[in-house]
Amino acid sequence: MKHSPSRKMAVLFARFAVMGKKYGVEWWILVVGAAIITGVVLMAVFSTAIAPFDPYDQNAGPQLSPPSRTHLMGTDNLQRDVFSRIVYGSRTILGVAVLAAILSSVVGITFGLISGFAGGFFDKILSLVMDSIYSFPGLILAIAFAAMLEPGILSITVAVAVIYIPTYFRLVRGQTLQIKEELYVEAARAIGASGRRILWQYIFPNVIATTVVVFTMNVGDAIMIEAALTYLGLGLPPSIVDWGMDLSMGRRFLPSGVWWLITFPGAMISILAIGFTMLGEGLAEILNPRLLEK
Amino acid sequence: MKNILRYVIVRAALTLPMLFILLSVVFVVIRVMPGDPVSSMLGGHAPESVIEKKKEELGLNRPMIFQYVDYLWQICRLDLGESMILKQRVIDAIKLKIPATIELTFFGMLVTVLVGVSLGAYAADKRRSPQDYAIRIYGIVIYCIPVFWLGLMFQMIFGIWLDWMPIAGRTGARVFASTFEKTGFYVIDTILIRDFAALKDVLIHLVLPSVTLGLMLSGVFVRLTRANMLDVLKSDYILAAEARGIRHRRVVYKQAIMNAFVPILIIMGLQVALLMAGAVLTESTFSWPGMGRLLLERIYMRDYPTIQGVIVFFALIVALVSLVVDIVYALVDPRVRY
Amino acid sequence: MTTADTILALKDLKVHFPIHIGTVRAVESVSLEIRQGEVMGLVGESGCGKSTLGFSILRLLRTPGIIAAGEIVYHGRDIVQMGRRELLSLRGKRIGMIFQDPLTSLNPLFRVGDQFVETIRTHEKQVSRKRALERSESILARLGIAADRLYEYPHQMSGGMRQRIMIGMALVLNPDFLIADEPTTSLDVIVEAQFLDLLNELRAEFNLTILLISHNLGIVAQMADRITVMYGGRIVETGPAETVFADPLHPYTQGLLASIPNIKLDQPALHTMPGAPPDLVNPPGGCVFHPRCPRATDICRRSIPGLTDEKGRWTACWLHAPGD
Repeated sequence: MKHSPSRKMAVLFARFAVMGKKYGVEWWILVVGAAIITGVVLMAVFSTAIAPFDPYDQNAGPQLSPPSRTHLMGTDNLQRDVFSRIVYGSRTILGVAVLAAILSSVVGITFGLISGFAGGFFDKILSLVMDSIYSFPGLILAIAFAAMLEPGILSITVAVAVIYIPTYFRLVRGQTLQIKEELYVEAARAIGASGRRILWQYIFPNVIATTVVVFTMNVGDAIMIEAALTYLGLGLPPSIVDWGMDLSMGRRFLPSGVWWLITFPGAMISILAIGFTMLGEGLAEILNPRLLEK
Repeated sequence: MKNILRYVIVRAALTLPMLFILLSVVFVVIRVMPGDPVSSMLGGHAPESVIEKKKEELGLNRPMIFQYVDYLWQICRLDLGESMILKQRVIDAIKLKIPATIELTFFGMLVTVLVGVSLGAYAADKRRSPQDYAIRIYGIVIYCIPVFWLGLMFQMIFGIWLDWMPIAGRTGARVFASTFEKTGFYVIDTILIRDFAALKDVLIHLVLPSVTLGLMLSGVFVRLTRANMLDVLKSDYILAAEARGIRHRRVVYKQAIMNAFVPILIIMGLQVALLMAGAVLTESTFSWPGMGRLLLERIYMRDYPTIQGVIVFFALIVALVSLVVDIVYALVDPRVRY
Repeated sequence: MTTADTILALKDLKVHFPIHIGTVRAVESVSLEIRQGEVMGLVGESGCGKSTLGFSILRLLRTPGIIAAGEIVYHGRDIVQMGRRELLSLRGKRIGMIFQDPLTSLNPLFRVGDQFVETIRTHEKQVSRKRALERSESILARLGIAADRLYEYPHQMSGGMRQRIMIGMALVLNPDFLIADEPTTSLDVIVEAQFLDLLNELRAEFNLTILLISHNLGIVAQMADRITVMYGGRIVETGPAETVFADPLHPYTQGLLASIPNIKLDQPALHTMPGAPPDLVNPPGGCVFHPRCPRATDICRRSIPGLTDEKGRWTACWLHAPGD
């Protein structure tokens, strides 16, 4: 009786509530965000189990039928089950967004650390390049990349990743510059620590906290950019199941009153983006309360 | 006055290096990318000799460095190249389409500022109240809703279910733009020619796209205005003003907003980048014949020179807007003048 | 307790700030009267509640501050209960206020003249802009500032001039009461001296009653007719300035005055009071000063002393309570 599931839930909830009281509304925002993300991730991971139909099956049901008991979200013009396509689509969008974010962060952080630490002409040039990219409309740059590359997962990931490299670069470079001047780095250097050691031991750990927040927001943005690119028909071939692409394919039928082809994919994109944004906001408040003074 | 002029000149000079870098990046993306644009343009099955001849013709066989210098030189002369597919100079194509985009973004920005600033100011004033939290949630949510989906939803609700507004184009079926088109800005054109029926048609076509675009950015503005207002409201001069008996509403909506608006102006410049991105998506959704649609069309057509030309144009706009915003900021805030 | 020429009377005023860890009792049961034409100095260390008291007179408390109880009676009207419109007409017009930092107290985006005009026209709507500027010019002239300064921005002026502009704005509508909250703290010593001279002149000319709030005992000694000492949100002593300085009754006042370094004395170490200011969320029981009082007795720990009158001076201390 002591370790019954309901009691465990109660304890968990109580722990949540205590944290909630301590951190206020931001904690709950974080929790909701994390819950949404977990939900979609589970949907992606267990898609084969959750989806009632094969998303490619062009004989799953009648053509363009509205949501019903068998087809929770209706069917499209190629007689495919929309719900199954939504479930499978989560894999694509999450995969691309996370991959792109990882790529961005690795490249951006590395360059930021090196540039900030090395300084001099190299730093100046690189900063100028990064600032220029940063000021340019991200989507348009992504469109340019996606248009030039062959459609495919790798291409769209690269297109999305490029936009955010300057963000990480600026963040990390700024922090590196700041920490470089801090006394304890001076002290370490005085006792003979090498440049690489300083970078790794002192600068890197401090940078991590802010980076995590930025990463979360990055994934959220990447989701939006990925959806925008595929909506415009760029980046991915039609053979891959994707929410943005389904949105663009479905909109042709809107004038005929077919609402389910656009409502569900769009709602999912929004919900997932909201999830990451909420997680990011919540984390930002809790990790760095001074940064976002309200 | 002398102060401002000096600021303008210095600031303009500072723009050049950044512009240079941007243009170089564009060049790298378009020219240096893997894939052969010429062969795909010619259908992908053309014989080697034909491809070579075409490349020669387009100057794509010369060493990259020559192409690069040539590219920069052309831009200085404001020659953005010529389309590979149609017999049209890129700059002419842009001139044709840009008024539509400007009209859209202008009204969109209007919506953004009106909605964003008033909601933000209200939220700051009623800090920590349920209205404040609701508005903050609005800010997050509206940012996360893809602008094209918002557009589609509006089309669905207002265009199809309620049938209140059109969902595509700048003018309706029975209105012919050629009758009044002069500047390209239909709102102005119809007023000039006093065709008020056409004006009404043009305006009603503007409603959904500009509201869609405007709302998308309003989230950022809400949050920004709120944050700035909170800072300003804490200021001593606000307290001092209230101590002289100036009523709260006037203090908030006149003095505080002016002060909070100044940093917002800077952000407005950065927002232009987002605005352009949003415009591309909005134009695609509402079949709006502007720059965004032009870009997309030419991408589908694989008309690389035009694609490059349009993107270069975007880069020029970004640099210009950034300059203008800084100047306006200097005009408004007397403390910022070199 | 209220004499005939009392212009402002605080009766048992309580100002609280409810925050997440509890309620900060910034001002607790304060009773005070200020007489027509006098300069009342309000002194105390940082956090004792004197500035809060000043703000609460015009109900300018920042959220979450509230006036929890008590009355603030000005010419027979209770400010605490006043309606919005009456309160607004009071501020700036009948009671003026000047603040510590003139740079941050003036809106940097608007010209000084515009800020004057706004003040005047808020209270006298029918006055034209031209007339308002003329009036501003005349008061600036009185303060020794050239008229064309009205067209400048605050950041273009020196600190002393800004402070005079602030006084000008506070007095342009001829109030009879002025609250000065730490007016010289941001000024250097020379400007401070000029400022105090100016204040004295204006006081006579405009027939002002002044509440001078400061932690600087020096300027209070120069200017004040009577002084009130606050500690931990409460008044511990009130009386004519000269007498209080010469013969402080409350142990806190004694400690305060003893802490002032005196160049004439041969002091091996500066006198300090042990301990720290009280926690205003959980104030000590009994007399608020007892934890630091060198003469605390049993009763001090148990009950809060009221203000007792001793020859025209008021003290909140068991040592001076009647029958003791």
